Formats: sequence, structure tokens, C-alpha cells
Amino acid sequence: MRRMKNAPAAATAGPVSIWMIIFVMAPMIYVFVISFMTRDPYGGIEAKFTFENYTEMLQPLYLKVILKSFKLAFYTTVICLLVGYPMAYWIASKKPSTAAKMLMLVMIPYWTSSLVRLYSANLLAMPNGFLNTALLKLHIISEPLNLLYSDTMVLMGLLITCLPFSVLPLYSSIEKLDKSLIEASKDLGARPVQTFFKVIVPQTMPGIVGCIILVFIPALGMYYVPDVMGGGKVMLIGTLVKNQFLVTKNWPFGASMAILLILITLAILWIYTRFNKLEDLEVV
Amino acid sequence: MSEPIVKIQHVDKYFGENHVIKDLNLEIEEGEFLTLLGPSGCGKTTILRMVAGFEDATNGIIEVQGERVEDKEAYERDVNTVFQSYALFPHMTVYDNIAYGLVVKKVPKDEIKERVKEMLELVQLMGFEGRRPDAMSGGQKQRVAIARALINNPKVLLLDEPLGALDLQLRKQMQIELKRLQQKLNITFVYVTHDQEEAMTMSDRIAVMKDGIIEHLATPREIYAKPRTKFVASFIGESNIFSGHVTEIEDGIATVETKFGKGRMPAEDFKVGDVAHLCIRPEVLQYSKEPVDGFSISGQVKNMIFVGSVHRTLIGMDEEYDARINRVKYDTAYNEGDTLYLHWEMEDVTGIHGQEDEIDA
Ligand SMILES: Nc1ncnc2c1ncn2[C@@H]1O[C@H](COP(=O)(O)OP(=O)(O)OP(=O)(O)O)[C@@H](O)[C@H]1O
Ligand SMILES: [Mg+2]
Repeated sequence: MRRMKNAPAAATAGPVSIWMIIFVMAPMIYVFVISFMTRDPYGGIEAKFTFENYTEMLQPLYLKVILKSFKLAFYTTVICLLVGYPMAYWIASKKPSTAAKMLMLVMIPYWTSSLVRLYSANLLAMPNGFLNTALLKLHIISEPLNLLYSDTMVLMGLLITCLPFSVLPLYSSIEKLDKSLIEASKDLGARPVQTFFKVIVPQTMPGIVGCIILVFIPALGMYYVPDVMGGGKVMLIGTLVKNQFLVTKNWPFGASMAILLILITLAILWIYTRFNKLEDLEVV
Repeated sequence: MSEPIVKIQHVDKYFGENHVIKDLNLEIEEGEFLTLLGPSGCGKTTILRMVAGFEDATNGIIEVQGERVEDKEAYERDVNTVFQSYALFPHMTVYDNIAYGLVVKKVPKDEIKERVKEMLELVQLMGFEGRRPDAMSGGQKQRVAIARALINNPKVLLLDEPLGALDLQLRKQMQIELKRLQQKLNITFVYVTHDQEEAMTMSDRIAVMKDGIIEHLATPREIYAKPRTKFVASFIGESNIFSGHVTEIEDGIATVETKFGKGRMPAEDFKVGDVAHLCIRPEVLQYSKEPVDGFSISGQVKNMIFVGSVHRTLIGMDEEYDARINRVKYDTAYNEGDTLYLHWEMEDVTGIHGQEDEIDA
């Protein structure tokens, strides 16, 4: 039985690993190698070994960018959990056919280009946009708020981009939750809050961790969201990497920062696998 | 007798259009072992869930210890449940599972430790504190579930087919243990099963249910000896049931005309014209080659089989209905195809009142 099951896996593993080597491993190795090289005066790469690209990151300017990226990614993750969990719970409480429709509604906006959605968020937040007009009309504010191109708008952008990816893993583990455990908890005298933290949260941990991974890692590395929402004024790791490659033409420094992102990602995944078996990863 | 510990009055339960519990009245005495017995879907679980607080009665009153509980949440009620699927918390050890009821009540740690130890001893699981539920056998999980439910010292323990998932041998053993536990702790058990033998051996009283109605509530002995309805007679143990109308009453003996012939029973409160079911257990159903005075029910010997403890003879009455005769010894005087006349002693027959539409059913 085992052999039969593994045969197709082995047959597909060959092409998949070739694909992985060509499109994933090779570029990563390339990035890794040039991160130890030197930039030549014309924006090219000089094969001269150096650690400078890594020590450069320790400059306060860059440390600040890294710190802010972490901060925004952290806020994004927390808000996604706080919004996504009740939403997923609510959807999971519906009957399967309704739940499927509601999940569709969550996903549909994400099939439109994310740039379109980000720009429309900007439009809403313009000084004469919907939000300010509404707040002015309601006399909640007396002057239009200057929202555009701020950290807040970048955070909004990250949320817009990441929220559905938080709902899906949460939904899938909440949906699998054994309802009799909740009843057992109530039966033994636990109040709703106690049941939530002692039974529901631990039982849906795979979904929570899946959500954190699917939100935190992308939020940390996104470059077009801070570009569009920050109007070039808000700098995050992702934008920094992109700029080094495309604007400043300092490929070795960009590469070292990309390696930093990859290491952070691997570290998070490693911590995760220490607590869970990898196959439990809830990615729908 | 003192006040009943659980009192259910005129309770109805609808799931949408589906009328699942119909005007239920049930009083459960303190310290008794009461079993709800009935076929699948008759509403046993629903009754337990309404008492536990997981389901609202559509209307009616439910009292526990003289207090109305309809508006109380499950976590406010002093009853505990042993679930059929165990419902142990998989992310907790045996210790934490058992301690749960006290932990959520913020009982001091030392006291919890003491109580958990007592419980582990009670269900004979000393040394299993650190295990996870998924590293335990079905029987062990069941014990943990029982210990967990008992730690709060409930006045009433609700058990929904607690032994349903165990194999026969373990089941028998756990039946004895559960009964011992119930007597030792003197807790009221409301027990659900669809295994009639289990109900018979364990219960003080049995409520036999059908379609959301309790058809007969009595001791196991009474239910077996004098079933109140045709359903109860056929559901509890084996019964031969011949249905028809009372045609004649003489000297306290009623004659019933069935479609297979005539039979007799004590008249009791029957009147001429009433529908009656004659109910006779296979071990006391008698037979002979010639009709006996007052009886004319007959059929052909169809089949003789050995079913372990008894020899069973099936008598074909018509295309659909076979009468059964159980005997310890094999009777060589008859062969397949022989016509036999059936009769019985007046003390071996139970007359059950019935409806017109039950005669052919
Ligand atoms: N949540 C529910 N929603 C709708 N109908 C339900 C629900 N729970 C139970 N029912 C219906 O109520 C009736 C009684 O169900 P219940 O579970 O009480 O039966 P039971 O006697 O426990 O049966 P079993 O021996 O199979 O466990 C069934 O017809 C069932 O389909
Ligand atoms: Mg049931």
C-alpha cells in the first residue's frame, strides 16, 4: 500500500524538484552570493568579498526602517487576528452552504487587482474624498484630515491586502473544532470567556499560527503597499530592497537585505515547526 | 417520598417543524438510576440536552432540586454530563481534564490536587495523571470522562450512551463499575442507551420511549412482566403478539378473536369490542397437535434453530408473521411443516389495550 501511494509522489517529485532548483534555489543562491560582493561605481557588481553590506544595515537609518517594518507587520497581524477571528467564527457557525458563499464574498475583492484596491482606498482618504467629506458633513471634524501617505494609510493598505488570508486558515480550523468540547467546557461550569481561552483558542491554534504566518511574513516584505499608500514617504524593508535593486542600483546591499528577510521568514517557520508538525500547517 | 430531584413538566421540543419531544412529564427521584431506553431518534439525547442546558425546551418546565432551570445557562446548572464521544480536551493531560471543573471555579490549587487524586482513585486511573487522552484506550478515556464529570459533586449525572463505543466485554465490566460508583456516591444517574439488556441490568427504573413519548416508566421487572403498550412488549425482550377484538367475556376470562384464530386472557378492565394485544413470551408459549379448549390459533412449524442458550422454533402464522417458541431442550416430537396449535396459561399472558390501526401492524 505504502509503495503504491508513494509511486505517484515519487513520479511528480522529480519534475517538482527540478522546478524548485531552477526557479527558487538558484536565484536564492545568486542573491546570497552577491550579498557578499561589492558595488562598482556604475551600479554593477564587483566580485570583491565583503561583509559591509551586512554591517551597513546596522546604521540607525536602516535599523529604524527595519524596526518600523516589524512594528507595522506586527500591528497588521494583531488586527487581522482580532478582525479575522470573530469573522471566521461567525462564518463557521453558519451552515456549510452559507459559509461557502460568505467565504466567496471575503475572497471576491481579492481577485481584483490589489493595486486597484489600494488606489481606491487612497481616493477615499483624499482631502476631498468620501471619508473627509462625510466626517465634515457630520461635523465630527472641522478641517479635512491629512491622511494620505502616512504610516496609518500604509497600515490600512497592509490590512486590505492581508485580511482574507487571515480569515481562511482561521475558518478552516474553527470549522473543524469539535463542538462537543465547547459543550463539555460549559457543562463543567466554565463561563464563555473561560471556554474561549481554555478550549477554543488552544483547539484552533493551528489556524491562529497559520494566520500569523500568512499575514506577518508577507506584511514584513511588501514593497508596493508602502509605495502606493506611503507615496514614497514611508520606507519599509520591502521598499528598501526594491529601491536598492531598481533605483539606487546597489544590488549587493539590496541582496543582503533580501537575505535578512529570508532569514526572518525561515526563523518564523522554524519556530512554528518546533511547535507543530509541518503537515498541520493550515493554509487551506 | 421526598421531592424529585429532576422534575420535567409538560415539556415540548420542536426542531423547526419536527415535534421531537411531546408533552413530556418525568419525575426523577434522588439517588435513583433512571434509564431512557428507546430506538434511535426517539428523543433520548434531546431530553438529556434540555436538562443539561444545551437545548431549550420549546415550552414546559424543567426543575432541578426544586429550582426552575429553563433560563439558566449550562454552566450555571448543577448537573454534569458524560458524553458518548467522551469529549475530553485533547490539549490537556488527564490531570488537567479532571481538574477542569474546579479550575474554572477558581478552587485553590491544593484542594484541586486533593480532589483529582480522589477521583483518579475512584475510577482506578492512578498514575495516568500526565497522559494525554489520545494515548489512552476507549475504556480509560471513558473513566476520565466520568471522573471529570464527577469532580464537581453533581447532584445529577447525565450519561448519553457512555459505553456505546466500547466492545462487549469491556461494556459489561464498565456496566458493573458504573453501577457500583452510582451506589457508592449515591448520585442520581440519568442514563441513555438503546441496549435493553444494559438498561435491564443497571436501572432502578426504565423509561421506554418511542417518537418523543414515554410509553412506559417502571422498574425493569414490571416492564418485562407487564408491558403497557404493544411497542414496549415488542421492544423489551422477545414477545409473541396476537392482536384482535375481545368477542366474549365469561368468568373473568376474555376471548380475543385474532386473524390467526382465538386466544384467551384475563378480562381485567377489557370490554367486549375492545382492541387487545395478547402478549406471550416465547419461553411460556405452549403448543400441541390438537386445539386446546378456548384456543384456535395455529401455524406451521417453519424452522428450528439453536441460538446459543435456547432452541428456538419458528411457527409460521402467515406470510409475514412468525411466532417464536424458546425451549432449553430440543423437542423431537415435531417436524418442519407440522401444524401446531398455540395456547398459554392465564398467568403467562399480558393483555394490552390497543387502537384499531394497530391490529394489522
Ligand atoms: N440539532 C437538531 N436539529 C434538528 N433536529 C434535531 C437536532 N437534534 C436532534 N434532532 C432530531 O430530533 C430527533 C431526536 O433526536 P435525538 O438525538 O434526541 O435521538 P436519540 O433518541 O438520542 O437517538 P440516538 O439513539 O440515535 O442517539 C431526531 O429525529 C433528530 O433528527
Ligand atoms: Mg442520542
